[in-house]
Amino acid sequence: MTTELFVQYLFAGITYGSIYAIVAIGFNIIYNTTGIINFAQGEFVMLGGMIAISLLPLLPLPLAIAAAVGLTMIIGALIEMIFIRWLKSPSVLRMIIITIGISILTREAAVHIWGENIRALPYFVGNEISTIGILGARISPQVLWVVGVCGVMVAILHLFFQTSSVGREMRACAANRMAAILCGINPRNMVTLSFVLSAGMGALAGCVMSPITYSQYDMGTGLAIKGFTVAILGGLGNSGGAVVAGLLLGAIEAFSVSVVPLAFKDAISIAILLVILFVRPHGIFGSGEAARLKAF
Amino acid sequence: MKTMVTKMMMGATALSLMVTPTVWAENIKVGAILAVTGPASFLGGPEARTLEMMVEAANVKGGINGSKIDLIVKDSAGNPEKAVSFAKQLIEEDKVLAIIGPSSSGETMAIKKIAEDGKTPLLSCAAAEVIVNPVASFVFKTPQKDSDAVKMIYKEMNKLGLANVAVLADNTGFGKAGAEQLVKIAPEFGVKIVENEVYNTTESDLTAPVAKIKANKDVQAIINWSVSPAQSIVVKNIRQAGWNVPIFQSHGFGNIKFAEAAGAAAEGLIFPAGRLLIAADLPAEHPQKAMLLDYTKNYETKYKGEIVSTFGGHAYDAMTILEAAIKVGGNDREKVRTAIEGLQNLPGTAGLFSFSATDHNGLTIDAFQLMTVKNGKFIAYPAK
Repeated sequence: MTTELFVQYLFAGITYGSIYAIVAIGFNIIYNTTGIINFAQGEFVMLGGMIAISLLPLLPLPLAIAAAVGLTMIIGALIEMIFIRWLKSPSVLRMIIITIGISILTREAAVHIWGENIRALPYFVGNEISTIGILGARISPQVLWVVGVCGVMVAILHLFFQTSSVGREMRACAANRMAAILCGINPRNMVTLSFVLSAGMGALAGCVMSPITYSQYDMGTGLAIKGFTVAILGGLGNSGGAVVAGLLLGAIEAFSVSVVPLAFKDAISIAILLVILFVRPHGIFGSGEAARLKAF
Repeated sequence: MKTMVTKMMMGATALSLMVTPTVWAENIKVGAILAVTGPASFLGGPEARTLEMMVEAANVKGGINGSKIDLIVKDSAGNPEKAVSFAKQLIEEDKVLAIIGPSSSGETMAIKKIAEDGKTPLLSCAAAEVIVNPVASFVFKTPQKDSDAVKMIYKEMNKLGLANVAVLADNTGFGKAGAEQLVKIAPEFGVKIVENEVYNTTESDLTAPVAKIKANKDVQAIINWSVSPAQSIVVKNIRQAGWNVPIFQSHGFGNIKFAEAAGAAAEGLIFPAGRLLIAADLPAEHPQKAMLLDYTKNYETKYKGEIVSTFGGHAYDAMTILEAAIKVGGNDREKVRTAIEGLQNLPGTAGLFSFSATDHNGLTIDAFQLMTVKNGKFIAYPAK
């Protein structure tokens, strides 16, 4: 393999990988505060892209994206308040079924609002054919946007959880809900906040990736499966693990193309998910002991 | 007073009894199985809307032979299993006269035998040649043959002196059937397929496979055979790799949305398609021109913000054929089937249809015209 080809595969892998990582982190934020997997996570990505595209004729691109992220955050909060907040200690299974229901509902609403056509935001810089040369490989400038925005998002999130008091309160809820309540933290608000955060992250990712991958009402499911694989691979709840696992899965998918036919690309990631679930259900970076103490 | 009211009521009842038989002439039930949602919604959406528009127009005019049409649209979401259960339901429970659709080749093949066994005419809007070859007596299709599309592309490649080609096809029935035809017909034109890849319809980025194909220095041209939005991603990724190779698309590219999705990368693509896409540029005496413009105008006025695609056109043709056949055969499955086989030179969006007992597609290679994209619009190829 020439360096040029290697770099080309690597960038393809990083592009997919950072998108998967963002979806996985969205899973993790909600998992950490509620202990459930929000299967509607992919729909937040779809909503972000779709809303931004609809606002584009009215607003300049950066404002349209900001508005789309804001609106999706509100939708995330509403979803949590309407469907989840009033439940008294629901079982894990019930919560999972509720989130799957939300995902289907959102998708159906989207197809009624936007129709079945694919849409896309314009390229932030240049157009469909502009490229940048890196070590002989050629990539679209949008790839750098995706990687850059995802990187910044992960960094900000990390700072938020480590240094801000709200972030610490959210972590407290994740660590021990009862103790957090005793300290005067309202865990229900933290759950709403976690939906708002992951909706916002998903929406922003949905906007930056839209020029590359297009936005369509049913794009969420595929992303949710990949994101879930990455979340499991990195250890549920472990956001640093999600970034590494995302890039790893992206790279495996990209490089697999050189060995096996392209049609097997998705089969590879699903196979990895199954193997991990059988062999290391707490993920590559998760702790087995900690996983045993969790309900799910 | 009371008696008068009673008399009036009796009179009204008698009157209504006399009137009912003519007002309630038996409606003709037409079923449609279309992928209105899901990954093939690009096909099913315009198809369903076209049928609704046509049935509405026909019923306003008083129906066909005085009978109104009841259209029953079933959304298969592109899923062959759903198509199978809908086909059984339409044939056995709803007892429809005929079924239009399904939208995709995979679904059509799944219900081909059901329609045949149920002796119900099936007018598929899907392209793969296997639908009508071998011929099943009740199964017809309206899109052009994929083998003819392959021949159009190979002929042009010969003209341009391109011999080594990379084939990329999506994993739908259409993509699979197309890739098979491409491989089968290649030797006839001295074309060599040096790379052959299949991609998923839900693919969101294909930079990696494009890099792999680009690394093969033998590749002189790309044939991208797909009916899904992912085909635009292929085109974009090829141009983003800084690769200026000639790209040929299939007739599955015939929706301007695909060209819009690929943006600047779509410029200069070459693909065969029905003349619907360039109706306005046809010479005035062309037999299809008037009906093409008519369909375009009606569709685009009714569904604001949407532009006609060849896919909606396939449903238009299916309904046109069915209406013509019902005029001859009435509300009878067997007679309608025979009537379709007798139709000659019927102008449709895909071309002039002439059916026979052995030809259930009714179109020749002349139904195709090579096209290209210029400034975001479809125009006849070579561009003037």
